[in-house]
Amino acid sequence: MTDLTSFSAAELAGLVARGESSAVEVTQAHLDRISAVDDRVHAFLHVDTEGALDAAREVDSRRAAGEPLGPLAGVPVAVKDVLTTKGIPTTAGSKILADWRPPYDSTIVRRLRAAGTVMLGKTNMDEFAMGSSTEYSAFGPTHNPWDLSRIPGGSGGGSSAALAAYETPLSIGSDTGGSIRQPGAVTGTVGVKPTYGGTSRYGLIAFSSSLDTPGPCARTVLDAALLHEAIGGHDPLDSTSIPAPVPDVVAAARLGASGDLTGVRLGVVREFAGEGAEPGVLAAFRAAVETLTKLGAEVVEVSCPHFQYALPAYYLIAPSECSSNLARFDGVRFGLRVGDDGTRSLEEVMSATREAGFGPEVKRRVMLGTYALSSGYYDAYYGQAQKVRTLISRDFTTAFDQVDALISPTTPFVAFPVGARTADPYQMYLADLFTIPSNLYGGPGISVPCGLADGLPVGLQVMAPTMADDRMYRVAAALESAVGPFTPPAL
Amino acid sequence: MTTTLPAYDEVVARYEPVIGLETHVELGTNTKMFCGCPTDFGGAPNTRVCPVCLGLPGSLPVANRAAVEATIRIGLALNCSIAQWCRFARKNYYYPDMPKNYQISQYDEPLCVDGYLDVEVNGEPVRISIERVHMEEDTGKTLHVGGATGRIHGATESLVDYNRAGIPLVEIVTKPIPGAGAMAPEVARAYVTELRDVLRSLGVSDVRMEEGSLRCDVNTSLNLPGEQWGTRTETKNVNSLRSVERAVRSEMIRQASVLAAGGRITQETRHFHEDTGDTTSGRSKETATDYRYFPEPDLVPIAPDPTWVAELKAALPELPRLHRRRLQQEWGLSDLDMQSILNAGAVELIEATIAAGTTPTAARKWWLGELSRRANETGAELADIGATPEQVAELQGLVDAGKLTDKLARTVLEHVVAGEGSPAKIMADRNLEVVSDTGALTAAVDEAIAANPAIADKVRGGKVAAAGALVGAVMKTTRGQADAKTVRELILERLGVQG
Repeated sequence: MTDLTSFSAAELAGLVARGESSAVEVTQAHLDRISAVDDRVHAFLHVDTEGALDAAREVDSRRAAGEPLGPLAGVPVAVKDVLTTKGIPTTAGSKILADWRPPYDSTIVRRLRAAGTVMLGKTNMDEFAMGSSTEYSAFGPTHNPWDLSRIPGGSGGGSSAALAAYETPLSIGSDTGGSIRQPGAVTGTVGVKPTYGGTSRYGLIAFSSSLDTPGPCARTVLDAALLHEAIGGHDPLDSTSIPAPVPDVVAAARLGASGDLTGVRLGVVREFAGEGAEPGVLAAFRAAVETLTKLGAEVVEVSCPHFQYALPAYYLIAPSECSSNLARFDGVRFGLRVGDDGTRSLEEVMSATREAGFGPEVKRRVMLGTYALSSGYYDAYYGQAQKVRTLISRDFTTAFDQVDALISPTTPFVAFPVGARTADPYQMYLADLFTIPSNLYGGPGISVPCGLADGLPVGLQVMAPTMADDRMYRVAAALESAVGPFTPPAL
Repeated sequence: MTTTLPAYDEVVARYEPVIGLETHVELGTNTKMFCGCPTDFGGAPNTRVCPVCLGLPGSLPVANRAAVEATIRIGLALNCSIAQWCRFARKNYYYPDMPKNYQISQYDEPLCVDGYLDVEVNGEPVRISIERVHMEEDTGKTLHVGGATGRIHGATESLVDYNRAGIPLVEIVTKPIPGAGAMAPEVARAYVTELRDVLRSLGVSDVRMEEGSLRCDVNTSLNLPGEQWGTRTETKNVNSLRSVERAVRSEMIRQASVLAAGGRITQETRHFHEDTGDTTSGRSKETATDYRYFPEPDLVPIAPDPTWVAELKAALPELPRLHRRRLQQEWGLSDLDMQSILNAGAVELIEATIAAGTTPTAARKWWLGELSRRANETGAELADIGATPEQVAELQGLVDAGKLTDKLARTVLEHVVAGEGSPAKIMADRNLEVVSDTGALTAAVDEAIAANPAIADKVRGGKVAAAGALVGAVMKTTRGQADAKTVRELILERLGVQG
């Protein structure tokens, strides 16, 4: 490919800055690509053609006026449909918000605009970010560009598939249990869950407030770092936002790209290195460990004994919070309203709206969470899960006394065929087995492509201490320089 | 109801009441609890709203530091311990005036705990134990239209105004108050009154019960002496101090009547009716709503810096009870005199009047006399009567300067209350000043003497008392604007008689 969609974000920004290409040309190339392939990939729920071209024109005129441009000015970006965009449909993948146009921009989107990026549109996702395959989207699944019969991961399958399909060089996801990293892994792209509180949740439609973390997705580690830098940092509109500067992730990515990891101590999580993952995934992971060692890293095995309880703890905490967060979708103030024909009571209309508006996985989790929080069960379920969370965090801090970062496969299995796991929720939940611990702890995690298994991408996850996001960028960039890139077959 | 209610005396002779009060106070912060919307009362519906207080998807709360500060100050004024670390919690239930279908409140980790408030009931000190003081957000208001009653039944439409949603509320909960006996209604009233005064002295709320910025729920139960406490009911919609007292009394009588008939009390919410003075059943709490409380994950815990708390404590104003004691001494009043000022709700008005430059005696005279009489007649609160302490002080100044007689001053005050402006302006506009110009007065006296030669002769002949008729004549020609004593002296002087 020699067209503009084949370049990285860093390269595109350079072309625009030097005037070798205009932001409008770059944007149009990606819009054309979306037109050409998205009927097969279905990464986008909404393409904002006019808005994107307007934003691109503005970058071009600012450049013409000699104004300084940021490091991502003129670069297209796609945004997971869970982040509010003023006047632009925002559905969270749900029928209940099918026609909702928010009156305000999320902080992430505001920062994307301020950085001069060009928002192409909104990407597909599992409804309310609940799922690992994008099959729970109310608007149909997204397909994996590596094999259109397979899922692109989830919940942010749209954001990752759009990268793998060259529809956008950058995208935004949100990660509650792995929704950025697992799609990154199965689409052969880079996905980053920043430190919780390192990126603002203001305008992120909540699934599980104490876990949700918006983050960058890209095809290269450096691009992810540039995007991370643009969207990260303290936001006074989010009480849980950390009042500290973004770690210097861009410098760390550049340092890592030199391919030297001398002095870096990495811990392989013993509990995640054996059973539970497909043989092909484990083989690719072991090969990556060897590569990292060759790059100079010291790799040791560490034990995180409580990680085995992460999945059950997660499936109490996240549904509990979501049962409360999703209570506002009642048809009273916004979104879908069903049954308001004058014959039904308010309660009946609320009930009918939620019955018709929510899909099966959302209902399952709302019910699970309602049960876990109810009087008499709270201590046994939600309370106990919070204690497990504390123990998992302790496992992390103990491990980080011994090593700089932890590594594991990102997800136990490669992209599975559409429909393969929808019948059994537990089989779907297992996709996040390795990613959930970071969410419970709050630390950052990155998935970077590390190899192929049966022609399908495998991701390596690097986990770092809270607010040490730069460490994992360095490791990921080093691995990328040694093994990449992985390019999907032409669509 | 067909049963005859027992007399209150019989109720308290047989049963012992236990009461408890939950008071909600709207804080007077400039902005809402979790967003930057203004908090002013009123405003066209749904104009003081934003994504946060409308609970739009994606929006997040951020705690208002001024509200946290006000809550800590309330806690300190009520002798509470201030938590070193506490969290907000979500109270989950569906109601259309709750934008998120959960209320951000505090549950098992309130900001202030274990305090007390000393009140006086008929001159006797009573200590009310405070269980907790916590923060929460107010809900919107639902308006049911199309029906006759304004209630949901029979209404054709329900409209919701979210202007109030997110206004900071503080909930102050007492521990159960046993042992008040027949005085339980008065104790309840004294507590709410004292609490209101404390809150007002802190400047944290305008504490207007009629506008709902101070709202009170009254818990009442009865038990036979020596037995366990009875089942309690929670009476809502108690919107004045007088209603607090009436609500307790009427609920005691109602419960006694149920118990005497062999019935049992249902744990329920009851609504107080201002017009009839009784309560009716609201929703039953027997199938209690499960609010599924859990720590609010959108807000970081509150950990007030102990130094800050100490500073707030040191800066607390003098609390009303101590303040009143000091004023009573300064003003040289008997307990009875002070009590009458308290009953009239005139302490602050008199204090401000004195501060504006008049004596305690004069200030008390105006507020408890003429102005209280007018307030009683019109049913207005003394503070809303239309005269300010500054105006009253100015009026007294005019009396002291001899420009107004007492009678003229009362006339001027009437016009002040009618909103015609300052006493001096009214005096000038309406030409009400005492005629003190000796020349003009002498002319009037001479005129009266000339017009009444027979009376003048009597006076000259030593019948000094007859001068009264001449004084009357002069007062008539000067339209009451002369000082009667001065006129009398002048008449005697002109007639060459020693007074």
